[in-house]
Amino acid sequence: MKRRHTIACSLSNLKGVRDFIRESISEQVTNNITSEDVVLALDEMCSNLMIHAHQCNPDHTIELMLDTTNPNCLVVEITDDGNAFDINAFREPELNNLVNEKRKGGLGIRLVKSIMDSIEYFERNGAKVCRLTKKIQ
Amino acid sequence: MLTISGEIDASSSIDLDQAIARCLTESKNDLLIDCTALNYISSAGLGVFMSYVEEFKNRQSRMIIFGLNPRVAHTFSLLGLSDLLTVAENRTEAEKILNEA
Repeated sequence: MKRRHTIACSLSNLKGVRDFIRESISEQVTNNITSEDVVLALDEMCSNLMIHAHQCNPDHTIELMLDTTNPNCLVVEITDDGNAFDINAFREPELNNLVNEKRKGGLGIRLVKSIMDSIEYFERNGAKVCRLTKKIQ
Repeated sequence: MLTISGEIDASSSIDLDQAIARCLTESKNDLLIDCTALNYISSAGLGVFMSYVEEFKNRQSRMIIFGLNPRVAHTFSLLGLSDLLTVAENRTEAEKILNEA
């Protein structure tokens, strides 16, 4: 089953995004820790896009698609017509550097990479698509 | 002591940031942060905690976080923050750590 959610790029919409993900994957991902890990990873992806690609402009939208058809693998696509924000090209800062520099950002990408099994980018119909997968035990 | 509750994400992390900043302005003492009613935290909230580690160190005081539920504790562990942040099981343990310091 595929479920789609169009999200206006306002950080106040993140709570609704998390609720949509929890509801969409509840039957496929029964392990609560795995389920909440996925919610966290996708929250990080959406907030990164809202902030870095859309400057939190609520007139801009991104689309989230969750495909739970395969019981062993969750497939997520985030479609976006903003500037590409390829997290594979982003080098995560060392934790000690974050502390020394009193930086508040940089942890989200580390979380996404540690939770999801694959992250790839491609273009479809002129829009940028980020496809993430998570194997389900 | 600072009590935080609900969900801390990129939207609400600014409130956490301002609350800790206010505590630092109002007192030079150690800060206990009660997370018993915290249900969710994303990297934005964790980043706020991390950004104050050096500040507390410079003031020679301590920030101790306690009462993490298993879900929130798991998020902390995903990033391996236990070496950088002081996290106690509950308030009693947090106060014990302060008294031992």
